Amino acid sequence: MLRIECPCCGLRDHDEFRYGGDASVTRPAHDDPDPEAWYRYVYVRANPAGLHREFWQHVIGCRQWLVVERDTRNHAIASVELARQLSARKSPARKPPA
Amino acid sequence: MARYSAFSILRNALSGQKNWQRAWRAAEPKPSYDVIVIGGGGHGLATAFYLAENHGIRNVAVLEKAYIGGGNVGRNTTVIRSNYLLDGNTQFYEFSMKLWENMSRALNFNVMFSQRGQLVTAHSADQLDGFSHRANIMRLNGIDADILDRDEVRRLVPYLDFSDTARFPIHGAIFQGRAGTARHDAVAWGYARAADGHGVDIIQNCEVTGFLRDGDRIIGVETTKGRIGAGKVGLAVAGHTSVLGAKAGLELPIESHVLQAFVTEPLKPLVDHVVAYGADHFYVSQSDKGGLVFGGNLDGYNSYAQRGNLGVVREVAEAAIALMPCISRVRLLRHWGGVMDMTPDASPIICPTPIEGLFLNGGWCYGGFKATPASGWCFAHTIVTGRPHPLIAAYGLDRFRTGHTLDEAGAGPSAWLQ
Repeated sequence: MLRIECPCCGLRDHDEFRYGGDASVTRPAHDDPDPEAWYRYVYVRANPAGLHREFWQHVIGCRQWLVVERDTRNHAIASVELARQLSARKSPARKPPA
Repeated sequence: MARYSAFSILRNALSGQKNWQRAWRAAEPKPSYDVIVIGGGGHGLATAFYLAENHGIRNVAVLEKAYIGGGNVGRNTTVIRSNYLLDGNTQFYEFSMKLWENMSRALNFNVMFSQRGQLVTAHSADQLDGFSHRANIMRLNGIDADILDRDEVRRLVPYLDFSDTARFPIHGAIFQGRAGTARHDAVAWGYARAADGHGVDIIQNCEVTGFLRDGDRIIGVETTKGRIGAGKVGLAVAGHTSVLGAKAGLELPIESHVLQAFVTEPLKPLVDHVVAYGADHFYVSQSDKGGLVFGGNLDGYNSYAQRGNLGVVREVAEAAIALMPCISRVRLLRHWGGVMDMTPDASPIICPTPIEGLFLNGGWCYGGFKATPASGWCFAHTIVTGRPHPLIAAYGLDRFRTGHTLDEAGAGPSAWLQ
């Protein structure tokens, strides 16, 4: 059993969470017409034997989406972060409507 | 290679059974081969055998990082069936079934293929309609299939839950009488011995660490036993395809996930068939030693750990008892994990690759064992001709780009949900 340190709820068994897959892929812009970009986003995965950034949602808890860094060889968890904090850092907050 | 027969057992009895040859040589690598197959699992060994048997290519090496039969070929639940719905799958798996039916004879090795029949229970009228659709497609392809109603299922497998309190009452089942099981280690050993008999070098404890190139072309491999040249290289390392693919420069639509399998303490004969639960993910057969061998869902997150988590043990046990309440007190003897190549459509990838000299056989999800002979047969053909064998034409890497996926379960592109 993995145990994930949820930033909101503390250390919890992984079966309280739903797995959301590879968090390192980037969704193309909604109007991106390049099929190759969508192919890579939907299908291509690095699938490392080692550190893997992945989404988990704490469905039986705070329901927050997390980004967890875990070693796929031994399940050692290196970091846990709220996914929204990460996306806020990646793209600055939108301006509020005037 | 001495043939195995009743006569050879009698002859060896005269010398106390002490003079048997080893089943295959402990080969050390030559400087180069016509074909190198990476991965000494069922698929890699079968590929080497058919390269020699069907195409006369005997200057072949199989490189195995650990020992023969230690990977997924020795970790599966040994189920063999050909009840697939989609064109491409249906014909391929039936071809495989036909090879199974003659395998012990072709290899001169008893793989204990047992056509005990497999049924999948249906738990609603709609599900039974779906199974009828599947059975019709199977029959149109010349494959045996029967639809059973509730009473017929009850006569066949009376130990399932037919009570009024069953959470998902059994409406019927789809049944394939030619389906069954085989002794999975024997499949690895049988192919290894037969390939070795044709002159194939089986090199154990030899891990491939990189590829040798001449421009864009792959001309050999780096291994823990040194450099080995090759005219062509076939990759048959399902579970670790991404790891070796990355070394070759392939980007793949594959994730590695752990699937667990289980065996109980030995029981008297109870389960005469292979039984799969249509309301959840659970499938069971009984081994010759009497243990119930069963499996269920993936662990559900990327893993190369080759061991599973306890949450899934509980889930699978719940499904088992929902279908077969009579085993609720049976004790689990062992459970283990294998690393699966999961593809986004749960179908395999066997094809030439964009890299010259490199051929790919992977993405078997958890259906690889039953495909072993056909996979080896078609992969050998593909390596020799440079073009996909017609039976694997649907299994190209390009299908994800072009939208021609074969999603048998209709589960969508999340590999861990397949």
